[in-house]
Amino acid sequence: MINEENDREIKELLKQAIAPVKNTALRRDLWPQMLRKLDEQPASAGNVPWFDWALAAILSAVLLLFPGTIPALLYHL
Amino acid sequence: MELLAQFAAGDLEAFEVLFLQHQKEVYAWIVRIVRDSGIAEDLTVETFWRIYKSRGRFRPDGNFRAWARRIATNAALDHLRSARHEAELPDDLAGAPGEDPAVRGERRKQIKDAFHQLPVKYRLVATLALIEEEPYESIAQAVGISAALVKVRVFRAVRMLRKKLSPLGVEAIAK
Repeated sequence: MINEENDREIKELLKQAIAPVKNTALRRDLWPQMLRKLDEQPASAGNVPWFDWALAAILSAVLLLFPGTIPALLYHL
Repeated sequence: MELLAQFAAGDLEAFEVLFLQHQKEVYAWIVRIVRDSGIAEDLTVETFWRIYKSRGRFRPDGNFRAWARRIATNAALDHLRSARHEAELPDDLAGAPGEDPAVRGERRKQIKDAFHQLPVKYRLVATLALIEEEPYESIAQAVGISAALVKVRVFRAVRMLRKKLSPLGVEAIAK
């Protein structure tokens, strides 16, 4: 009962300390920015950097050669 | 329906139409989470970039609005995870002009600091539920969890806040 009362108080304090965002209106059209991003980074599904492939290959090799590292890897994921 | 099918097939014009239709709503959702207009603009573009990249996975009979909001929430979450401190809310965004004058200065800072120390997944639901007063169901859809779990996270966030604030005597001042 006391905890519930305290929780209500905390909620109230939070509302008073951090006001809701009043102005949520977008001030400008973002399409030009979007177009720039599309031009900079063409979205193709198979666009994986070579470094990522190399990393995946090294990781696969390590796991094949040293299967004992699999639990340790899973633990850190 | 046809527009969504065209978008899913990779039509840039269809994507532009969807962008223009939904950018305001996506921005309004994100700015309530990150509470910074500049960052919210960047994250709106990032959201649509992610949408465009994964257009192949979108089902044209699906709900684009809900899908966009989910992706926007993830983009905002990624930002919160990478940002060390939330930016101070600029004047043009800050609400509640009649804010209780007692909740100023040091106490307000203590509460804000404690809130920013919450794990991001709790801060997200607490921001939307307690500060923005968004319904649990709507938060659940955007985050991709059940409304019951949203309720649990809000409850835990409040408990964590209480634990952090009690030693500072914040509760006592409130009474």
